[in-house]
Amino acid sequence: MEAKTMTKAKFLDQPSERITGCEAIVRSLIAEGVDILYGYPGGAIMPVYDELYKYRNEIHHVLTRHEQGAAHAAQGFARISGRVGVAMATSGPGATNLITGIADAQIDSTPLVCITGQVPSHLLGSDAFQETDIVGISTPVTKWNHQVTKASEIPEVLAKAFYIAKSGRPGPVLIDITKDAQFGELDFKYEKCTGVRSYIPVPKINSESVKAAAELINAAKKPMIVWGQGVILGEAETELKAVIEKAGIPAAWTIMGASALPTSHPLNIGMVGMHGNYAPNKLTNECDVLIAIGMRFDDRVTGDLNTYAKQAKVVHFEIDPAEINKNVFADVAVLGNSKDSLAQLLPLLNKNSHDSWHQKFKDLYAIEFEKVIKNDLHPTKEGLTMGEVLNEINLQSKGNAAIVSDVGQHQMIACRYSEFNKTKSNITSGGLGTMGFALPAAIGAKMAAPDREVVAIIGDGGYQMNIQELGTIFQQKVPVKIVVLNNEFLGMVRQWQQLFFDKRYASTEMTNPNFVAIAEGYYIKAKKVVKREELADAVKEMITSKESYFLEVCVEKEDNVFPMIPSGASVSDVRLS
Amino acid sequence: MNEEIKTLTISIYTENNIGLLNRISAIFQRRHINIESLTTSQSEIEGVNRFVVVVNITEPQAKKIIGQFEKQIEVIRAYYHTDEETIYQESGMFKIKSDLLFDEPQIQNIIKDSNARIVTVNKEFFVLEKSGRRQEIELLRRELNAFGIMQFVRSGRISVTKKPMKITEMLQAFNNQ
Repeated sequence: MEAKTMTKAKFLDQPSERITGCEAIVRSLIAEGVDILYGYPGGAIMPVYDELYKYRNEIHHVLTRHEQGAAHAAQGFARISGRVGVAMATSGPGATNLITGIADAQIDSTPLVCITGQVPSHLLGSDAFQETDIVGISTPVTKWNHQVTKASEIPEVLAKAFYIAKSGRPGPVLIDITKDAQFGELDFKYEKCTGVRSYIPVPKINSESVKAAAELINAAKKPMIVWGQGVILGEAETELKAVIEKAGIPAAWTIMGASALPTSHPLNIGMVGMHGNYAPNKLTNECDVLIAIGMRFDDRVTGDLNTYAKQAKVVHFEIDPAEINKNVFADVAVLGNSKDSLAQLLPLLNKNSHDSWHQKFKDLYAIEFEKVIKNDLHPTKEGLTMGEVLNEINLQSKGNAAIVSDVGQHQMIACRYSEFNKTKSNITSGGLGTMGFALPAAIGAKMAAPDREVVAIIGDGGYQMNIQELGTIFQQKVPVKIVVLNNEFLGMVRQWQQLFFDKRYASTEMTNPNFVAIAEGYYIKAKKVVKREELADAVKEMITSKESYFLEVCVEKEDNVFPMIPSGASVSDVRLS
Repeated sequence: MNEEIKTLTISIYTENNIGLLNRISAIFQRRHINIESLTTSQSEIEGVNRFVVVVNITEPQAKKIIGQFEKQIEVIRAYYHTDEETIYQESGMFKIKSDLLFDEPQIQNIIKDSNARIVTVNKEFFVLEKSGRRQEIELLRRELNAFGIMQFVRSGRISVTKKPMKITEMLQAFNNQ
């Protein structure tokens, strides 16, 4: 077969060749190094699928069971690997089904290229079958989008799409391609995009700002770092560690920053935010210099802004100028990518240890341990807790697993208690809070990093939002491990109803199906645990399984997640019960 | 920070691409900012468009929203200015019955005093054009309204800044990157 003999390099910077638009799309993907993409065929994208069939030895198309699954799988792929995830769908409903994943990728800065088919250009605006204005619909949730109506535009537009998705602060790009552009011919020549004149992906670092930041940090008596996903996206893990260790600064993370520094690191003081750890939340309002690195002061992190770190000078390291002073005023802002900014900062920092300040975090941790963590991880009551399941997974996977969590109570427990040895190990829907994210995202993650253990932790609610992706796991033989923490409730909403709506449990109780039977229906090994004695063996069987494995754990129905900052309250009002 | 609501003119220099208006108006819409007027045209640079948008917001709000515009891939640069920092005009057009010119001699004085320009006259109607500040056009509209206006339309604000914008230099820097 002709396709077999072609190598990836063949399509890059080669002399032009007359081919069809749809073949150009596939060749462009290959030239960008894409070897896996997720999607679902349909009328307006069929010419491209025909080419995918021809090039099936070079590029693996994964048929998901729903386009939303394709988008989330592409996200999982991108999040664990740092590469651009690719999703494909047909026009109309195919395209609109991608939107939730695209919106999720936009708010969590995940590099995606989504390709949608579109009705032929002469039918645009005629309410043709499966026509929808997907460029209009996706505009507010994409970093960039574009409609291609001529075959000749394809290579340049796709090159630009990949460049924009990955560079600077990453994000999703949607390219809508009309069917006539797919059928049309062009002289194909692929060159990578190296710049767009109106777009500055990475602002230049101002060395004066770095100096000013170093001065503030060196003069601080009670400095505290809060880092976010910017550290992971900028691959600045080593630099972050060096800064923390040299200056002896206790460092906390946002949910999106988790795993950039190993959980066991002595200066890792845990998660900030609504269900973050007690010490970093409380002491946010006591530190004298707050150093924010690659994070955006989301409301779930800050609580009430009027009482957030008002005593502190704020140093903000950030790649996106629009984030500076958006929510929290920065006394010193250092624009640039985290890796280079922190590398420039490091030599300017004085060696320090801040022992007595650090002790405060340890003291508050001891309180949190006594009141919350102990009972979560080593419960003495009869019912199983989500925390002890996580604890068991940590033990059995030795902290090397990538944890893909969905949204809700189990997500907070997973992020709080997972042990992370490696970066890019916490894959969750942070900003958008998309239930249904985890199952498809775990597929993408496992396929991007087949050597890693990938464990999806999902609630019984979110699981059923994209449960159809079990079909993808089965068909593709993706050895992903699925844990459903079943409390027969939409637990987080129920928790709020208990605390703030006088226990009026409106539509949060779930009558669930036989999950084990469903998994087995897809020929996936499955087990259900209802007793503590069965847990360790079941988790062990799951982790050692070479194939996909489904584990349902029936947990206490009405447990709550603490600590908690009630909505709109101050970080220092974080509650332990 | 200054929390006073002001009339601000936002100028956005962009590439000339389909869909950008949608992207820009979505940024206003999401923040519940009402657009007083919006005009888009070719700018001083070939192939570069300029949006002129008038809004009533605070300066801190304006700073944040400028960041959101500049974040868009095809936006080259965005600025906001107070009325004092710009020279601005609007344009109004009035279609009026020609009979009135003869029946109501006062109309001729109104036209003269307002410095409005007669664009066209025929047997049925004549068309007046008046450029200037909003108040001047409004005044003329009120005066003519007493006699009856067949059609009236007013453009959005167009404005230039007193200080240089330095877009050409910036584009050169982009191109040399």
